[in-house]
Amino acid sequence: MNEEKAVALRDVYGKTLVELGRENLNIVVLDADLSCSTKTAGFAKAFPERFINMGISEQDMISTAAGLATCGKVVFASTFAVFGSGRAWDQVRMSLAYTRLNVKIVVTHAGITTGEDGASHQANEDIAIMRVLPNMTVVVPSDGIETEKAIRAAADFYGPMYIRLGRAKTPTINTGEGYDFKIGKGVVVREGKDIAIFACGIMVKMALDAADALAQEGIKAKVINIHTIKPLDKQLIIDSAKECGGVVTAEEHSILGGLGGAVAETLVENCLVPMARVGVKDVFGESGLPDELLVKYGLTSNEIVKAAKAVIARKK
Amino acid sequence: MLSKEKLKELKTIAVKLRRHIIEMICIASSGHPGGSLSAADIVTVLYNYKLKINPKDPGWVDRDRFVMSKGHAAPVLYAALAEAGFFPVEYLKTLRKIGSSLQGHIDMLSLPGIEMSTGSLGQGLSAANGMALAGKMDKKNYRVYCLMGDGECQEGQVWEAAMTSSSKKLDNLTAIVDHNKYQIDGKVEDIKNIHPFIDKWKAFGWEVISCDGHDIGAIVKAFAEAEKSVGKPAVIIADTIKGKGVSFMEQNPLDFHGKAPTLDEQTKAICELCRIEELN
Repeated sequence: MNEEKAVALRDVYGKTLVELGRENLNIVVLDADLSCSTKTAGFAKAFPERFINMGISEQDMISTAAGLATCGKVVFASTFAVFGSGRAWDQVRMSLAYTRLNVKIVVTHAGITTGEDGASHQANEDIAIMRVLPNMTVVVPSDGIETEKAIRAAADFYGPMYIRLGRAKTPTINTGEGYDFKIGKGVVVREGKDIAIFACGIMVKMALDAADALAQEGIKAKVINIHTIKPLDKQLIIDSAKECGGVVTAEEHSILGGLGGAVAETLVENCLVPMARVGVKDVFGESGLPDELLVKYGLTSNEIVKAAKAVIARKK
Repeated sequence: MLSKEKLKELKTIAVKLRRHIIEMICIASSGHPGGSLSAADIVTVLYNYKLKINPKDPGWVDRDRFVMSKGHAAPVLYAALAEAGFFPVEYLKTLRKIGSSLQGHIDMLSLPGIEMSTGSLGQGLSAANGMALAGKMDKKNYRVYCLMGDGECQEGQVWEAAMTSSSKKLDNLTAIVDHNKYQIDGKVEDIKNIHPFIDKWKAFGWEVISCDGHDIGAIVKAFAEAEKSVGKPAVIIADTIKGKGVSFMEQNPLDFHGKAPTLDEQTKAICELCRIEELN
């Protein structure tokens, strides 16, 4: 592990896009006046003829991306998560998902760690509203290495995709060269038999920290990185639930409809075990420092530890 | 520029499209006749005079693109595609039936020759912009056409897109507004007035051309004029009549926005259309 090395995933996105732009002349990037924040500005500078700033009109951006994709372009469209999902949801549904067009919506500033900008800018519902769309793939990378691999995989994959990145710097947990990222394939990042913790995004690191804390009390936690919320790695989830007899989900998102919802749907039909969801509890966030907000809204390794113990207590 | 023979041919096709519209919606027992009939002459000119397309090679990369943004007028597009040879005319009878490719609103994956799925109003012009932008990037000579409704222009996204077209100087794009003056709930000007309509488009940086949307010669001329625009997109405001060609639909446009004719009404409508054909 390279915990000491923390990077902003959007920086990795911006850098990877420039590399991809060099490799694939069909890549076109759209942004809605946030290119300095989403980091598509690097691509804009390197390939101005293949970058379109759509101005502050996310709905127009998504449908325009669809039009470009019908002409064979591989389109990356970026903005903040709240706008790329909610503001343009009908356009995503109609122009991208229904049409199965090759557009990657890569959003930044997802979740509560968007911080000081407050509730209007903290997307805690986007995974839920994106994953209900037929044909849509939803990916939530956990660190810089996974972000680069996910962006590269997205460029090689045909179809609409939603990739969710945060604003803040994120510790690196995956190992570089040897790490095999496959869309739809979860990754066991720590073995254990007492409790299965499914996590995505920044919560994978928290889950590993929680597993360390649990180990000190003799509890062996299995930690699984579910970077792809859709299509969900159902087999891995069912097998892990059977193996451990209890599960916890952890996500920087509402406990409604996101990773927790997806895992619950899978287990209720296949393998009923005690379960707890760690996430934002159906409330809006507020302004504050990311670390303060994570504590206040219950998105910490400590919360995962508590949830794991509560689930274990319910195991027969 | 339009020979007498060609004019006569186009007029005949327009009547055919109208007959198909009435018949297919009657068989389906649901659909939108009013806005399909108002667009019939415009769509006739596009598919039989303007568009560089090849029914045998619908994916031809250099083809012109047509986006039917008013997706509820699907019947007129299906009729035009069938008449152009994209699929058998007989298939029109399957409109809105389970398992058919002729969806109630337009689905690009279900049929060859359809450039964009529509039905949620206001999105087509943005998609057309995307196609026009790709054309500019790839230095292609194809043109992109987008047909919208006048009521549709109450959608905010139309104006987001209108700003994109002009600020990106998309002179390879021609928009057409089927200005039939009615929407489901009433007159467009009563529900939410879009006027001054011409001034709006001008203010958004567009070349604006007005024409009689039922005069084939005038439509042809308007398209030619639109193509002359350099550095600016052009919009044709086509003055049309909702339900055009069927007297009782023209007189009761609100009744026939989204309602199928009965069998008796179908018979009456077809009789009227036959008379129009005889006069051609």
